[in-house]
This record gives sequence, structure tokens and C-alpha cells, in this order.
Amino acid sequence: MRRDRFAVGGFCITAVAITTALGAQREGDPQRGKALYDSRCTACHSLDHSRIGPAHRGVFGRHVARVAGFDYSPGLKHSNVVWNARSLDRWLTDPEKFIPGQKMGYSVPEAQDRVDIIAFLASPEAR
Amino acid sequence: MIKSSRSIAISRRNVLFVGGVTLSGAAVALLAGRPALAAKHAGGQSAQKDASVINTALALEYEGINAYTLGAQSNLLEKPVLAIAVKFQDDHKVHRDRLLAVLQTLGATPVKEKSLAEYAEELEVNKLKTQADVLNFAAGLERGAVNAYLGIIPSFADHALAKLAGQLASDETVHFAILNQALGRPLPPAMSFGV
Repeated sequence: MRRDRFAVGGFCITAVAITTALGAQREGDPQRGKALYDSRCTACHSLDHSRIGPAHRGVFGRHVARVAGFDYSPGLKHSNVVWNARSLDRWLTDPEKFIPGQKMGYSVPEAQDRVDIIAFLASPEAR
Repeated sequence: MIKSSRSIAISRRNVLFVGGVTLSGAAVALLAGRPALAAKHAGGQSAQKDASVINTALALEYEGINAYTLGAQSNLLEKPVLAIAVKFQDDHKVHRDRLLAVLQTLGATPVKEKSLAEYAEELEVNKLKTQADVLNFAAGLERGAVNAYLGIIPSFADHALAKLAGQLASDETVHFAILNQALGRPLPPAMSFGV
């Protein structure tokens, strides 16, 4: 079912399937990802308003540091990364290792959690 | 992932081995009310990173303080509820002051507080129509803060600052529990925070 749903937007199939550091191919569950997002991310973020962190609507596929009016760290301002499944996975694994000089002190250690959160961010609900 | 976490932990230990005494000294001096001594010990990349995380916490506390102001100004809260909201706001002010002191010790520039109007827009307080809405809104922010503080604990090179984040999380948990009770909701299950 999940594959069928994402087949409508083929882009998303690629988006939410990630080869983890351990070599396992994982597919994201956007519903679980939304629950994780609500629990872990909404202290600082929301989809539509920049707060402690920038707004997330449309983040998937966007160049970093492009939310108007948000005061990004120098690390992000000077980065050329585009947020896709791979880059978001690396970011959520260890933001500072991926983009030194950034400001987020939070990480998501479990691979499946990251894939699910990314699946939510890539889903129509967050676009 | 486990491998990755371990390597991060080992790396952090190495950092602490090199500079841990210095950083711990800073935090201990600060917590002992000796900011001058703490300042002498502060410095280095780990301290900068810790300061960045503390600044995130400070931004959260600013938001919390202003959220309670907005809740109080809504005129939707009954007197006893308003008194509790004011108490919780006072707690957040204590947190703010502690975090500002840490940042001063670390030589970092504190993040600026936004205007009340900016917080109102970001938090969409115009959607609050009843006392229950306000309580639910506050409970959501408190729960988010608990999870955020639990989530940043592993980021600190200085364990004393990790403990401070744990203390902040504890206070927010108390706030959440009372708000949750006021909303008539069941107690959360064990181990439901930070996941």
C-alpha cells in the first residue's frame, strides 16, 4: 500500500527509501514520522512558522537556509546542501558533523525514526 | 546506528579527556556561584558548542515566558488557573536567568528575545478560544520542551550542563503533568517522554 501511494509521486519513493550506515534499505512511514515530528521537533519547529528553528513546510527538496527572515547560523548560510533523503538523514544523525557551525543541538539516533520523519517531511502534508 | 552512537560517545570521552577537567571546572565553579572562576575556565570548541545548545534552551524559555503572557492576556483563564500559569511563567524566568548566567560564563552572546507580537504569530495564539485551548496549548509547549531538553542532554561536552538540562526537563515535566491533570487527561504511560 505504501509503495502504491508513493508511486503517485515517484519522487517520494526515492525520497523516503534510505540506505543506512549499516547497509539496510529502509522505507519511511509518514504517519509514524508525523507522530515523531510532533513529539520531538515541535518544541522548536512548526511547518508554517519559524520559531527557534525555521519553518519546515516544503523543506524537502529545498536548498538549505532558504526560509525568509530566519536567522541561520554561518554554517548553514554557507552550505550548498539541498535537503533530500540522504542529506536529511545525515543531518538528523549528527547535525554538527554534517554541517559544522550549525546551531541545532538535537539529533535522532535511531535510523528508522529518521527515515520516518523524513517520509513525513516529504509527504503532501508537509509540502 | 549503534556503531555510530558508540563512536560519538567515544569521541566525546576523548574530548573530555583532553579538555574535560577545564570544562567541568567551569561548570562546577558556575554552579557553586563563582562565575569569575568559571569564566577563567571557559573556552574552547566544546564550550562554544555547549553555548550554542544553551542558547537553544534560552530561546525555548523565552518562548515559554511569552506563551504564558499571551495565555494570561487572553482573558480565557479562570483565577486559580491563571495563578498556576503565573507560577509556571516564574519558573521559566528562573530557567532563563540560569541559562543567561551560563552563557555569560561561557563568554557567549545570548539569543535575543522576540517581541510578544512575534511570539503570538508564531504560536498562532489567535486560535485559542477557550480555557481548555490555552491549557492544551501550554501542555503541548511543555511536553515539547521536555522532549527537547531530554534530546539535547547527549549534546553537551560538559556533564554539569547536561545535568542542568535534566533539571529543566524535570520542571517542564511537572508543568506538563499539572496541565495534563487540569485537562482531565489520564497520566501518560511510563517512558513516554523523549521518544
